[in-house]
Amino acid sequence: MTATTTAAPATTGTGRIGENAVRPDGTLKVTGEFAYASDLWHDDMVWGVTLRSPHPHARIRGIDVAEALAVPGVTAVLTADDVPGENAFGLEHADQPVLAADVVRYEGEPVALVAADHPETARRAARRIRVDYEVLPALTDPLRALDGDAPQVHPGGNLVRHLRLRRGEPRPEAPVVVSLDVEVGMQDQAFLGPESGLAVPDGEGGVDLYVATQWLHVDQRQVCLALGLPPERVRLTLAGVGGAFGGREDLSVHVHACLLALRTGRPVKMSYGREESFYGHVHRHPAWMTYEFGAERDGTLVHGRARTVLDGGAYASSTAAVVGNAGTLGLGPYRFGSVEVDVYGVFTHNPPCGAMRGFGCVQTAFAVEALMDRLAEAVGLDPVEIRRRNGLREGDRNITGQVVDSAAPVAELVERVAAMPLPPPADPGDPRARPGAVGNTTRGEGVRRGVGYAVTYKNVGFSEGFDDYSTARVRLQVTAGEPVAAVHTAAAEVGQGLVTVQQQIARTELGVDRVVVVPADTSVGSAGSTSASRQTYVTGGAVRAACEAVRAAVLRRAAVALDVAVDGLRLDGGKVLAADGAVLAALADVLGDDAVEETVEWRHRPTHAIDPETGQGDAHVQFAFSAHRAVVDVDVELGLVKVVALDTAQDVGRALNPDAVVGQIHGGSAQGLGLALMEEVVVTDGHVRNPSFTDYLLPTVLDMPPMRVEVLEYADPHAPYGVRGVGEPPTISSGPAVAAAVRAACGRPLTRLPIRPEHITGT
Amino acid sequence: MDFLQPATWSEALALRAERPDALPLAGGTDVMVDLTFDRRRPAALLDLTRVPDLQEWALEGDRVRLGAGVPYARVLTELAGRLPGLAIAARTVGSPQIRTRGTVGGNLGSASPAGDAHPPLLAAGAEVELASAARGTRRLPVADFFTGPKRSALAADELIAAVLVPVAAGPQQFCKVGTRNAMVIAVTSVAVALHPDRRAVGTGIGSAAPTPRRAPKAEQLVAEELDWAGRTALDDGLAAEFGHRVAAAAAPIDDVRGSAAYRRHALAVMARRALTWAWDDLRRAA
Repeated sequence: MTATTTAAPATTGTGRIGENAVRPDGTLKVTGEFAYASDLWHDDMVWGVTLRSPHPHARIRGIDVAEALAVPGVTAVLTADDVPGENAFGLEHADQPVLAADVVRYEGEPVALVAADHPETARRAARRIRVDYEVLPALTDPLRALDGDAPQVHPGGNLVRHLRLRRGEPRPEAPVVVSLDVEVGMQDQAFLGPESGLAVPDGEGGVDLYVATQWLHVDQRQVCLALGLPPERVRLTLAGVGGAFGGREDLSVHVHACLLALRTGRPVKMSYGREESFYGHVHRHPAWMTYEFGAERDGTLVHGRARTVLDGGAYASSTAAVVGNAGTLGLGPYRFGSVEVDVYGVFTHNPPCGAMRGFGCVQTAFAVEALMDRLAEAVGLDPVEIRRRNGLREGDRNITGQVVDSAAPVAELVERVAAMPLPPPADPGDPRARPGAVGNTTRGEGVRRGVGYAVTYKNVGFSEGFDDYSTARVRLQVTAGEPVAAVHTAAAEVGQGLVTVQQQIARTELGVDRVVVVPADTSVGSAGSTSASRQTYVTGGAVRAACEAVRAAVLRRAAVALDVAVDGLRLDGGKVLAADGAVLAALADVLGDDAVEETVEWRHRPTHAIDPETGQGDAHVQFAFSAHRAVVDVDVELGLVKVVALDTAQDVGRALNPDAVVGQIHGGSAQGLGLALMEEVVVTDGHVRNPSFTDYLLPTVLDMPPMRVEVLEYADPHAPYGVRGVGEPPTISSGPAVAAAVRAACGRPLTRLPIRPEHITGT
Repeated sequence: MDFLQPATWSEALALRAERPDALPLAGGTDVMVDLTFDRRRPAALLDLTRVPDLQEWALEGDRVRLGAGVPYARVLTELAGRLPGLAIAARTVGSPQIRTRGTVGGNLGSASPAGDAHPPLLAAGAEVELASAARGTRRLPVADFFTGPKRSALAADELIAAVLVPVAAGPQQFCKVGTRNAMVIAVTSVAVALHPDRRAVGTGIGSAAPTPRRAPKAEQLVAEELDWAGRTALDDGLAAEFGHRVAAAAAPIDDVRGSAAYRRHALAVMARRALTWAWDDLRRAA
């Protein structure tokens, strides 16, 4: 149980767990030599492009591809008729056509594919496909989705999921009641490496797909369905991933590239540009939230009520699971006696929304934390005290009745960020330190400082009874006289550092220095998704278990060879050691020419479905907590914001790689700040208005301050090594802290996120 | 697409006359984005970045003749003293990489209402020098150069040779609001230049009308009301009225970057502040 800071010594040591082991892909990435999916190449390849719908809702009366096919260099033009299997895919429900057949349901929906010897030729040809659309009325207001007269997006109605949660005494009396409405806009994952893949036909009717993704096996299942092929004929290998954040959970180029490859008999590369990427993946659900808290006069919470509508857009994607989080975790890390929560995920003709870092907790945290500040004001407490007083503690039941059975340090996290030193006033000589920065808009006029706090908790791993597991294959053998461990999983490294953690675990468990992480592919069992902050926990657990199995086999072998009892034997430094540390044999000698290999499928504790009427149940396996304190300078006359400090404390259970943990916290915090202040996919009447990094703004170095980070390590006794998921909580608590600080500076309620300059100025 | 890369100015003008379908490239920070996004496919690109004459600036009387190919980074390092308004604007352009490539000539060529160089050029009373192989050179006030959104007085056979900017006779300011603190296109911007030598004030407004434009009524008001002789402190009411007149001169729209109402509001605030800073600087200098 320790707290460390960013100043932790950067020792690499022997590269075992708990050390700042160096990333195996680090040097390649910083020197620009790492091969991302967009670098995939095959000498014989052709290029695939996608023709997308310009309409949010239209009937397709006909498609004429003759002119496109006639373009010299074009090798194939495909439409829905060319999908050999089921023309459907989807993470939870296969409701999305591979290519639209009779109707398009959002702007950007794929309608046809072209392959050509040059991407430019393919794009030119795609423009010559004549699609005869009959434009239909579009449902673009999610608040109207459940009205009886609303256009139906799918035959079954516009409701994806309604989560109903009831607990405690209905409608209790509370002396203090506060409420508010909060709206959160649509955020994009904005990964820097757009969607890309290469499909290579095997000449026997099967295909190998190299693609940047988050979960190879769930992709494989969907590609097989659409191609009408069994899994052994559709093999996937992970290509270099340039960020993911949930935006690669759904399929993008996958089926399209395979269709074109199987049709043309040539390798097919598909690579989106930035604009197409905005249409080519799901976004974070925009949310409309009405919240009410009741409390005693001393600020102790009595009841919480919430009604939330999430716009799922045109297809289901992971909306149902996002609704699950927005409901079960939707009142934040606090104790409530009485709870009434309704969350609705709805279909519209807006862009499909699905997974993004923070997954349903990001939106609701803006409402919860704004309302906690309002409650604090109503009862005369400060923002720190109201959270300290109501925060969950280990052993408490949360709003689904689940006991939080490991550390729940809400009070400590908030106290820690509150105790950090406040930043000094801005340097008057440095324009970059002012709101507006080198835009030269103030010399201090109109600038007010504000401080805001937020705390959150997030589930780690897949919930509500999902069979969440990972598979690891570990092989130990002698190479060039030295024992080398090979770790093979299908887990996607998306930049977070899982490859490093896998090496660290194998070094620790097998006592060897050299560990090779084999490229992730579908020749080994599923590792589950790189999402929900779960891979260090679940695939880390699987790698450890496989290493333990290998170690046990090696030690049995050593015991026989050395004629000693197996009990007490261990591996370290490439040697077999006795209980007293005496070297008994070199591991290389024990292995000889043989390889010892074990494959293990590993599961965390089961979770359970929630009760459909009450929402009660042990839905989650683990909770991760974080708190932020933001300090901002706001030019209240111009509505410009400079975040001066964004400090945080987070419990990570155990930091397997402290530098990587802090990196996750920095990045996640920046993503939360982005949503609070600037990041929004602006959609008007079903049309995306800013599909570019010119107008979809991400924080720059002048927007994101240096951070003070305190990492707490309260080991979770149920998790391997005590780890707790790290990646998501910072994205959840940072934004509400920034929003609170801006409110404190300008005195306006600011209940619409991201906060725009005109919200602050009231113009 | 043909790629034309003249080595001299006369060769550039000859190619321009020969290939009116060629799109001039003077840094490429606008043009290349359009090409990448497949918004434009000109028949040819006329790359002016290798023409030495365009890369230089020189004093011409009391004006700086700034070659159309001088990048923002050099405006910042070499001309901040003589052209302070343009230098402040140059500092707000993109990132260091963009400022190294992007040029004032290219900004004029694009003639975007959001071009950062335009408001300070308007406020300073600059002229644009255009040239063609057939008709030689002509100079026109920058205010007459902009004819509509992304449209200018540049003829099909002309290239922008230079911009002539009077050396600042008094303080100049430029303010720009965007939704983040760096690398952002202006939501709106304003430039103010004091010309104490002729007791005049120049203004320029960006991103708040179909073209960059001046605010003549605001200029006139403060030129008459400012205490040029005594240089007494600026009256708050006058500064505020200047701001209102600048805002009134704008014709902004609602778009994805900001609302018309916010743009007007921000212009009034920025113009008031910019005039105040400039006048205070002038008083200090006295």
